[in-house]
Amino acid sequence: MPIRIPPLAITAFTATTALGHGRAAQLDALRARRSGLRVNDFSVEPLPCAIGRVNDVEAVELPTALRELDSRNHRLAWLGAHGDGFVDAARAAIQRHGAGRVALLVATSTASIGATESAYTMLEEDRFPAALAQPQLHAPHSLGVFLDRVFGARGPCMTVSTACSSSAKIFAQAERLIRLGLADAAILAGVDSLCGSVLFGFNALELVSPQPCRPFDLARNGISIGEAAGFALLEREGAPGAPRLIGHGESSDAHHMSTPHPQGLGARLAIAAALERAAIEANAVDYINLHGTATPKNDEVEAAVLADLFPPGTRASSTKGWTGHTLGAAGIVEAVFSLLALEAGLVPGTLNTGTPEPICAAQLALANEDRALRIALSHSFGFGGNNCVLAFARGAA
Amino acid sequence: MRTLDVRVSGIGAWSPAQADWPRLREWLRGQGGESVPAARPAAAVLPQAERRRAPATVLLACEVAAQACAAADRDAASLPCVFASSFGEVAISDEMCATLARAPRELSPTRFHNSVHNAPVGYWTQAVHCHASSNALSAWHGTLAAGLLEAAALAHADATPVLLVVYDAAANGPLANLLGADASLAFALVLEPAADARGACLRLHHAGSDDDAATHSGIDLLRALAQPRRAHLQLAAGDGRVLEVEVVP
Repeated sequence: MPIRIPPLAITAFTATTALGHGRAAQLDALRARRSGLRVNDFSVEPLPCAIGRVNDVEAVELPTALRELDSRNHRLAWLGAHGDGFVDAARAAIQRHGAGRVALLVATSTASIGATESAYTMLEEDRFPAALAQPQLHAPHSLGVFLDRVFGARGPCMTVSTACSSSAKIFAQAERLIRLGLADAAILAGVDSLCGSVLFGFNALELVSPQPCRPFDLARNGISIGEAAGFALLEREGAPGAPRLIGHGESSDAHHMSTPHPQGLGARLAIAAALERAAIEANAVDYINLHGTATPKNDEVEAAVLADLFPPGTRASSTKGWTGHTLGAAGIVEAVFSLLALEAGLVPGTLNTGTPEPICAAQLALANEDRALRIALSHSFGFGGNNCVLAFARGAA
Repeated sequence: MRTLDVRVSGIGAWSPAQADWPRLREWLRGQGGESVPAARPAAAVLPQAERRRAPATVLLACEVAAQACAAADRDAASLPCVFASSFGEVAISDEMCATLARAPRELSPTRFHNSVHNAPVGYWTQAVHCHASSNALSAWHGTLAAGLLEAAALAHADATPVLLVVYDAAANGPLANLLGADASLAFALVLEPAADARGACLRLHHAGSDDDAATHSGIDLLRALAQPRRAHLQLAAGDGRVLEVEVVP
């Protein structure tokens, strides 16, 4: 049985999504109910669907020393890391604790496969073109290698790649490393970028909607793919106003690679573990940022779990109508949205949704709501039946 | 920095020359010698239909995972698992990138789904009905160090044995050539947090390092585990870092 954990302070955090660069851009778009989804204009042969594309990624110029690792994913990582002064906050933490005491935990599902795809259009006698021939750029850990050079920490460094739960799981890892005394702080990063593999791959799986996604709508018909970069800095102590990570729970469905367990067994186990580690009951949760991908199956199962485990007064929503499903970055982006919701006293609604699944109509917020929030959960239920739920508490006023 | 001690209560291994840990152990001790080549891992834990269709990484990982759980006499359904691979599923990434360059709309859903880094751990949890946490890591040449540290931390944080699986599969094609993915090797360790558990003790210590002192790899760890004497290894753990591993029989 999971035991209660000491809360960790989240001393810096930021996100860059289709809504813009940094926290204020996210909050403004959430308040204004302005979606970042647009008609797919990515790649030479765009499929007819909506995407959550980040503006100006192409315009990012990496420093010379990092150019051998140039990719869309790394440009997005660079852009995202400089949001809200995050790089400076992370470097200050390295100064404070010592480089060896700061972990760098990154999460991605795409890594830089987009650069590998490009290389395959330019192979020279079955060899990568010189400009794309840095081997680490094409490995699953490419984001870790890139950000390691950006931040310069020397604690444990690794990439988690468990599809849509990836960047939620790094919060759990950070908590374990810090609790066990293996690190004093952890820099967390989740970055996924648009590329042919995910656009054509999810399309081949028949999971992509031709329209902007409609989470929990009775007529929903699939996901909209997005890209994003999210960052967080976790430490034992922080200013009283800093929000806290108070719980986490991880589980496996053991059911199917691309459809959830029909009764949501894995989701229920992850929620239960997160509540136990936070030492709270379900009725203490004020807001849940749902996984809510807008596939028929995910939302059906998650709606039933929500209705079964939480009282009607719990407020819950999916923010994927704003950003699209940002896959490996979704966990940390939606963690940031949960923290913004706590800080601003804002329940973001569920964009694009008209008639919701009746079973969870009581809990599901369609319109935005202003109300004081103390505790939030963030759900991430991924491909391969890989689940992670995080619990956060608002900082002191 | 503090050290983490874990005991190795079960080991599984597969290489193209030695298809299980007892055979590989004999060979590493210089006693066996006779290699028993196998074209692909048996992976009998997988349902037959899946076994036929599964890519190399899934077969490798599931084969050694099952060996280690059996050797440790642990119920695989209850073990949190950490799977770690430097390169992931290179053969399928190669095919996917070639298809995307030629005719993207012909991308196969099965290929896409098998290319995902956590496909092996997903197949494993399904095969053994494991609902515990499962992870899929990568850390370039520091992958073994990352897997050991994450699995040992999970074991201590939750006071539970943990299954660690480390695998990479040989592949052909431009991507495999660039990465150097030219050898298949997989092994699995059941790691126990309790000091009185049976099996050799691994004492893990993450440290900074000014030079590239880390010279040991997975096969060196297996060699140390095959011997009845103490050993000290330095595993790559990323630039400027090393994972020191003391093996105490």
